Amino acid sequence: MPKPDSLQGSLDLLVLKILSRRPRLHGYAIMSAIQDMSSEVLRVEEGSLYPALHRMEEAGWIRAEWITKDTGRRARMYQLTAAGKKQLGAEESRWQALTSAVNRVLRMA
Amino acid sequence: MSLWSRIINVVRGDRLNREVDEELESHIEEAMEQGRDPAEARRAFGSALRHREASRDAKLIMWLESLLADSIFGLRQLKKSRITSAAAILSLALAIGACISAFRLVDALLLRPLPVARADRLYVASRQGLSFNGIPGTFDGTEYPLFQLMRDTVKDQAELIAVSWAQRVDLTYASDQETEKAYLQYVSGHMFGMFGLQPALGRLLTENDDLKPGAHPYAVLSRDYWTSRFGQDPKVIGRTFRMGTGLYEIVGVVEAPFTGTEPGTVTDIFLPTMMHEGVTHADWSWIRTLVQLKPGVAAEPAREKLQANFRSFQEERAKGFTGIPKQKIQNFLNQRIVLEPAAAGASDLQKDNRPSLTALAILVVLVLLIACANVANLMTAQAAARAREMALRISIGAGRSRLMQLVLIESAWIALLAAAFGWLFAWWSAPFVVSRINPPANPARVSLPADWRVLGFALALTLAVTFLFGLIPALRASAIKPANALKGGEDPHSRRRLMHALIAVQVAFCFLVLFVAALFVTTFDRLSHQSTGFSAERLLTLDTVTKSPQASAFWDQVADQLRTVPGVEKVAVAGWPLLDGNGWNGFVSANGAPPSPVLAYFLSVSPGWAETMKIPLVGGRDFLATDTSPGAAIVNEAFAKAYFNGENPLGKSFEKTSHQTRFLIVGVVSDARYRNMREPITPTAYVPFHAINASKSLTQQDQATFIVRTISPDPLALASTLRQEIPRARPEFRVSRIRTQLEINQSHTVRERLLAMLGLFFAVVALLLAGVGLYGVLHYSVVQRRREISIRIAVGAQARSIARLITVEVFPMVLIGGVAGLGLGMASVRYIETLFYEVKATDLAMLAFPSLTLLAVALFAALPAVIRAVRTDPAAMLRAE
Repeated sequence: MPKPDSLQGSLDLLVLKILSRRPRLHGYAIMSAIQDMSSEVLRVEEGSLYPALHRMEEAGWIRAEWITKDTGRRARMYQLTAAGKKQLGAEESRWQALTSAVNRVLRMA
Repeated sequence: MSLWSRIINVVRGDRLNREVDEELESHIEEAMEQGRDPAEARRAFGSALRHREASRDAKLIMWLESLLADSIFGLRQLKKSRITSAAAILSLALAIGACISAFRLVDALLLRPLPVARADRLYVASRQGLSFNGIPGTFDGTEYPLFQLMRDTVKDQAELIAVSWAQRVDLTYASDQETEKAYLQYVSGHMFGMFGLQPALGRLLTENDDLKPGAHPYAVLSRDYWTSRFGQDPKVIGRTFRMGTGLYEIVGVVEAPFTGTEPGTVTDIFLPTMMHEGVTHADWSWIRTLVQLKPGVAAEPAREKLQANFRSFQEERAKGFTGIPKQKIQNFLNQRIVLEPAAAGASDLQKDNRPSLTALAILVVLVLLIACANVANLMTAQAAARAREMALRISIGAGRSRLMQLVLIESAWIALLAAAFGWLFAWWSAPFVVSRINPPANPARVSLPADWRVLGFALALTLAVTFLFGLIPALRASAIKPANALKGGEDPHSRRRLMHALIAVQVAFCFLVLFVAALFVTTFDRLSHQSTGFSAERLLTLDTVTKSPQASAFWDQVADQLRTVPGVEKVAVAGWPLLDGNGWNGFVSANGAPPSPVLAYFLSVSPGWAETMKIPLVGGRDFLATDTSPGAAIVNEAFAKAYFNGENPLGKSFEKTSHQTRFLIVGVVSDARYRNMREPITPTAYVPFHAINASKSLTQQDQATFIVRTISPDPLALASTLRQEIPRARPEFRVSRIRTQLEINQSHTVRERLLAMLGLFFAVVALLLAGVGLYGVLHYSVVQRRREISIRIAVGAQARSIARLITVEVFPMVLIGGVAGLGLGMASVRYIETLFYEVKATDLAMLAFPSLTLLAVALFAALPAVIRAVRTDPAAMLRAE
């Protein structure tokens, strides 16, 4: 398993945040939401989204269930767990610390 | 939860893949609904395989998956080389099965705690010292009055429980005619409470059922007996049975699995000790004293208290001794009480079979080691063939540990499959061996549960075996240097050196097994050809009991009646048959000398007994109908030697010192075996069956044995006729047991027969394994050196030098192994010396047999490889290369 780098760290944060606002989304909806809210600035690669989702699921931060859509196809819906909420808090404060540190450096330099 | 799901995911890898795929498909569909170009959406995704891999990694435990993959690969590998695998698995299965089987036996008989509360605090009080015969040993019998004394003394430290030996008795339920046999144990009433046992039905015995001699005719059945005899009929409570002159009422059934305190015997009926007439006799030792120490009490202080009791009791008893040599009395007084752990119960079967079972267990372990060496050799040879594969694996980045895992898992498969077959083998063989521990008329009953103990042992054994034969090939596989191996130039000698060392180990153990087996077989042979001094052929013994004691004239009358039965040649009466285990002994003084320290044995017989037994009369005359005991006696030659310095004892007399009774020697017969086949012939005096008491009137007997010599060669053909004839002659008489004398004789060699049989079996298995092992190694070396051999032949080497080339490395190994095995044998054999009879480990024949057999097998095993080497066609070989 690759180590989560800072980019993946922020991907986790974004996914968790979105799921905390809007429970029960499938992968595509999460991807679109990140894209829409960031006004197309942040694009999530499909290639990194799903492994991240599965990793977070295994970690117990999010929970998934299969639902059947009107088309008859099954879709996998994700929602936040209690552990995920805690993780979100931690990720958020880590992000705050990181950005403020980066900002400080930018100001000082 | 998460760990669990990842473990689960390992086994359902396919389903996992499908789910990942389905989710991705649904994503693409969603994208298309949103108006994206399908091709573009798919392209954005990249390789589906990569997704799968990434997602799998998140969802699985990597090492577990690799383990699973290696397991599947290992199994395929086994299937690829079917014959080698089958040989490895079968040889190992035999060895593992024998091991499990031996463990089941040893565990059931010697190790498994009794199913009672606080079994770990249970001891048996034995006395240790010199017996009356001057032989050192321990004896675990106690007199009941001594037991009572001891129980009161150690009340604060321990609770004492009296249990009689489990005995086979005759009893009758409703009808008075049909007697049946049951195993009965007299036990202290408080035993059930102390052991925390529960009734399955009715009630159990208590302290109150064990207060006054003869006052508590209540019986408790074991659940096993209740099931087999009464089909679990609840109406059994209140039923009565008659045993001897007593009538007993069944009051309850004890819950399974408790079946008495003697492993090897399943007790059917428990009676209170107070119902045994021995409770008031200070000179009857008929119970075992079980000691249950209270929590926190050490054994030694309790033992010291018991010792003080014991000593004063013995001194009191010794005051009553008359006519016993002083030294014997001193031996008697010097005996000491020891507390032996009895968590697994206490029985004669345990005592008798401990050395032989231990010897068998060691043989079994040796066979297992031989099998392991064998499989290790097979694996090593195979690994050589796979050296390139291993090298390739290393080259493309497999870690050494992963390679070790690969090879070890393959070994584990072999061990696991072998253990499964071995389990089946043990299933059959353990009961088979149990059925041969005791004579067929009195079979040992050992419960052999297949529970977690046995399963745990089997698993531990499998694991141990895996490492034993798998570790070396695994280490070698992981140590391969890819560059060398791929070039095909891996050092072949190192591999062969290992295989040769293993051959030496195999030969050493094989020699040991053969050596011990030969000793067992010879012992059995010598013992079963031991002369008994009488002729057992066509001899039937009818143990007969009467409802009340009967005058000896009536016994004669029954014997007369039996003589009229067609097919009967001769009939005599005796107290019991020779060699049936009964004994009556005492000290004698001849010519008014002080009593001799040698014990004499006695047996009451009717006139014509010696003739019926075909024991030749050497001098004097047979008994007359008017002879009585005391009065006349016929002695054997050993008796004359022991007490009359070998002079002719006819017309002389001796005194039996315990009752100061005199006997005039009227006849001398040649020696016959009385007690067993191993001891030297005991000095024996036969006395008339007609006995008189102190007031010179004839006494009555309630049991004796009719000895019948039949005309037809199969004495059992007459058994049922004779059984019916006896009550017809006098209705008070009943036959309780019919045996042939041959059967009685054979019961003395049951253990030796078993040891010889199993020893022979293991010897054959060991030889076979060693032979196959040797063959495999030579074959491998011929295959490996075929280029060299071809070249040698091409340049004109003789067949002899080729054969030498192939065998020169191995035969020194066989020699070294043989010598090592000999050393091991010499060192270990004295621990099992008691199992041998008239055979010494240093006998030349005993050493020659295993050496020659091994040599023959080695030559035979080497033959195919040598032939193959000599027949190598250099032209074809070199062309193929």
